[in-house]
Amino acid sequence: MTTTVIKTENLTKRFGDFIAVDKISFEVHPGEIFGFLGANGAGKTTAMRMLCGLSIPSNGFATVAGYDVYKETEQIKKSIGYMSQKFSLYEDLTVTENIHFFGGIYGLSDKQIKEKSTELIQKLELEDQTKKLVKTLPLGWKQKLAFSVAIIHQPQIVFLDEPTGGVDPVTRRQFWDLIYDAADKGITVFVTTHYMDEAEYCHRVSIMVDGSIKALDSPSALKKQFSADSMDKVFYELARGAKRSDN
Amino acid sequence: MVQLNNISKTYNKGSTLAVDNVSFSVDKGELFGLIGPDGAGKTSIFRILTTLLLPDTGTASVTGLDIIKDYKAIRNGVGYMPGRFSLYQDLTVEENLNFFATLFNTTIRENYELIKDIYIQIEPFKTRRAGKLSGGMKQKLALCCALIHKPTVLFLDEPTTGVDAVSRKEFWEMLKRLKEQGITILVSTPYMDEATLCDRIALIQTGKILSIDTPEKIIKQFQEQLYAVKSGNMYKLLNDLKRYEYISSCYPFGEFFHVLFKNNVHNIKTEVMNYLKSKGHEQLEMHSIPPTIEDCFIKLMTH
Repeated sequence: MTTTVIKTENLTKRFGDFIAVDKISFEVHPGEIFGFLGANGAGKTTAMRMLCGLSIPSNGFATVAGYDVYKETEQIKKSIGYMSQKFSLYEDLTVTENIHFFGGIYGLSDKQIKEKSTELIQKLELEDQTKKLVKTLPLGWKQKLAFSVAIIHQPQIVFLDEPTGGVDPVTRRQFWDLIYDAADKGITVFVTTHYMDEAEYCHRVSIMVDGSIKALDSPSALKKQFSADSMDKVFYELARGAKRSDN
Repeated sequence: MVQLNNISKTYNKGSTLAVDNVSFSVDKGELFGLIGPDGAGKTSIFRILTTLLLPDTGTASVTGLDIIKDYKAIRNGVGYMPGRFSLYQDLTVEENLNFFATLFNTTIRENYELIKDIYIQIEPFKTRRAGKLSGGMKQKLALCCALIHKPTVLFLDEPTTGVDAVSRKEFWEMLKRLKEQGITILVSTPYMDEATLCDRIALIQTGKILSIDTPEKIIKQFQEQLYAVKSGNMYKLLNDLKRYEYISSCYPFGEFFHVLFKNNVHNIKTEVMNYLKSKGHEQLEMHSIPPTIEDCFIKLMTH
């Protein structure tokens, strides 16, 4: 076991002469909820793709779950879970089918899948919905199911890319209950969000501007550092000077 | 300017109720916000008002024109920016704008004053194809195209969804300036914090309107005293508060929990502080706070 689940040093990604991610260095610890914030176009998605083993860095060093992001990308993919607002579940499969499908993809045995499936459906109170197509579920339920499926194989770390966008305020909070629960069980959570109140729920937060990490600390320390009373103001202070804006 | 009377809309042969007996009106020059999560029915309402979708029941009018009988006149008069980017990706910035101006029998020059503030920000890229623009620039171009014929009413469907906090602020600044030019604006958003930037708002959830009023009045209707509480161990605090006998509701809100207590308890703050101290909490903080629109929404949703 490593004491850092993610470690990066001067991690860089260039596309031609455009530097999408510029020498970022940070560590994430086991069981930590790490908020990865930044303006649109700051380089969050590119950084996240490198950490998930989907994009080879141009320079620098990084390990995820102890594996090298250059050479051990397949091992990384087996050690992580991933969900985003855009892609999470197959809309034309039922709840049960999605659970079985992803359980299979993540290499669980039939017995494990069965057990996990029952446990998960109970926990999310989806007993009456198991035969429904995922596309007929309300967004909030979908996102809670997607998160549970992303950690069905007990990964060391789960990457969440704007998981709560557009979700109602009550369900958004239920979603964070699930995140806390997962972190409590030792799963490290790496999450991006545009909701600044959610930044407060993270143990530590990094803020990216124009490809670099401009601040990294606990929300309370960041607020002290920037003499701000909310993370919204901290973010605004840092990101308003951004030169890039992109999606 | 805009009037809806008992509008309902279902999909899938009546099995999905998207808009449930919705009525409201928007006055001339007003900046009116439809605030609610995904699936609340915001887009259906916008599509009905812009004559792109027929309601099952109910009537509606825009600038006095009926959405069914007078659909052509409405289409000529309003501006609509859908949630999904829907300009021509293969046309340049300038070509898109020219195209929409021509469709509405006008020219960029004729209404340039209206879009000038926004257009100068994307003008350096006017020969770039729309598909190659960044998210923020696409959004500005879409707004210019929706404004180019000087609409009487502007419909903006979730213009700030997925947009970072800084760009969201900039977008609302633009809306404020447009409002000053006399355009009536209907805007929808899932971000509760944007509600206070509107003159009036309708809070909407699963097709139903929960409340319509000015943000100030909606906040005033929240009559209980709300408290913000925090301690050194937030996870334990949540569990301890949920077990507390006088608790009414408790949920995370930024660095605090927002808490409501049963209202018949005397000297509640001292009581709560004593209870939490007895549970071993340190660095306790508790103070009464005014509710936000999000607090109001949560209360209306869970009622």
